Amino acid sequence: MGDSLPPTENLAIETAGLRKQFGSKVAVRGLSLQVRRGEIFGFLGPNGAGKSTSIKMLLGLVKPTSGHAQILGTPFEHVEVRRKVGFLPEDFRFYDWLTPKELLSLHGRLCGLTSLQLRDRVPTYLDLVGLTPHRNRRLRGFSKGMMQRIGLAQALIHEPDLIFLDEPTSGLDPMGRHLVRDIIRNERKRGATVFLNSHLLSEVEITCDTVVFIKQGEVIGSRDLRTSPEGEIQVRVRAHNLRQEILRGLSKWTTTAQIHEDVLAFATNWRDSLPEILRYLVSCNVDVFEFTPQRLSLEESFLKIMGEDQGL
Amino acid sequence: MQLWIIAGVTFREAARRKILWTALLAAAAFLALFGTGMHFQVKDAHFARIPPMVRYQALSSILQVGFYAIDMLAVLMTVLTSVDSISGEIASSTIHAVATKPIHRWQLLLGKWCGFAAMVAVYVALTFGGVVAIGYFIGGVHPRGAWQGASLIYLECLLVLTLTFLFGTIFSTLTNGVIVLGLHGMAFIGGWLEQIGTVTQSVRLINLGILSSVLMPSEAIWRRASYVMQSSIARTLDFSPFATRSAPSTTMMLYTIAYLLVALALALYRFQRRDL
Repeated sequence: MGDSLPPTENLAIETAGLRKQFGSKVAVRGLSLQVRRGEIFGFLGPNGAGKSTSIKMLLGLVKPTSGHAQILGTPFEHVEVRRKVGFLPEDFRFYDWLTPKELLSLHGRLCGLTSLQLRDRVPTYLDLVGLTPHRNRRLRGFSKGMMQRIGLAQALIHEPDLIFLDEPTSGLDPMGRHLVRDIIRNERKRGATVFLNSHLLSEVEITCDTVVFIKQGEVIGSRDLRTSPEGEIQVRVRAHNLRQEILRGLSKWTTTAQIHEDVLAFATNWRDSLPEILRYLVSCNVDVFEFTPQRLSLEESFLKIMGEDQGL
Repeated sequence: MQLWIIAGVTFREAARRKILWTALLAAAAFLALFGTGMHFQVKDAHFARIPPMVRYQALSSILQVGFYAIDMLAVLMTVLTSVDSISGEIASSTIHAVATKPIHRWQLLLGKWCGFAAMVAVYVALTFGGVVAIGYFIGGVHPRGAWQGASLIYLECLLVLTLTFLFGTIFSTLTNGVIVLGLHGMAFIGGWLEQIGTVTQSVRLINLGILSSVLMPSEAIWRRASYVMQSSIARTLDFSPFATRSAPSTTMMLYTIAYLLVALALALYRFQRRDL
């Protein structure tokens, strides 16, 4: 996507202060986020953080109490924009007397596909999700994993520009998860934006370009997995002659830093800065005995950002 | 276009409900009983040398019983098949995959309504046609104003369908069913109170009946249907227990249509605004 485009045209989703209140309970406090076109965007948060409500608001299922949102440059309330949007609900269900072929035809027609287009796309997408052998079976005999696969196909059949996937790998076996990963990457190659809500952080880590962390309906952190794929690195330094003024000099590389007796602990997002930091410490006459970097996985970042489990 | 896609899939969904087939089986059993009863009545009246006019009235009365029974079955079938169409699909999240497509909420609700309305039309046509056919071929009687009567029975079904949709946008499936059937029961009692009030000339009973019809006009529609299908002699003699002495007026029927339209508009408004 060209960076020369005006900012709003470069965005697939833009929300400002999106809020939802059910009676006295605030589900989403004020969601403000931007999703660039063509990226795979991870939406992370603990149970009850307001993720599902946020997705439902963006898809017009739930009316926001206040705030604004734009989808593909159009106000999200406009029904026509959904012609370019696909959605796989967390627990996809539909009339169980339909066959996968009938289900895809129905959803394709609702998205405005012609009979001619459906003739090509229904077999293509059944094949994509591995359901061709079951194309004429009724859905009532399908397992949860098979329902997720057909749900994914209905979300993609109209080749949308923006795809919301709510726990797409839930109920899937390892082959199914691998398939979903491949499909997501292919959709990005096609130019689509994928908005992914998943609890499987290892999946998110290897699939997403950007993630945001949401808590109590607010974005409390984000991580660009393309520019800093390793994430935050925490370093523990055991040394003599540590002084508080050293921290000032470190601050250009570190996000946090503190000294406790003979131990300096700091965090940085740039792995390449580690030799420079070491040189800086030596230049400050610090006697370094140990210099131990520890990389934070997405899961560790998640736990660190979210803090202690407060219970539900 | 979107509306008709939803109407089509809803019709197919409704046509697969077990309750519909149970209601059709019940209707078939009833028609068999009804046909046998009419056959016996024809034979016995012939042997008992009952005067033709009385014989005709007896058969007409049986015909009214037939219409009453299929009216009741049609109303129950309408409520029971459609009661979870909105609330059930919201509760199970089935509606999410459709409501996130490029379709307006009003198209979704009206499409579903049309699907059920078509299914009810088929049911009423089959059962009403069955009663008329048995009456004609076995009993040699046919109702006056059959088309008008069938249309009114269908209108009554559309009324309860619309109320079921309206309450389905507000309440859970079970609560919705209890409310709609409760209202229909209240209208039924109110209708009888009004009839008894007419016989005993009790103005207060009549007013109570009218009030119940204003709140829920389903029974009033049936009484109007029954009235238009009665023979003129039966009307004069008040012969049939399932006929009516006080037929609701045309104004009441116009009120019923307005009631239905307002209920449908409220259902659309409520569905448009609610979270799914």
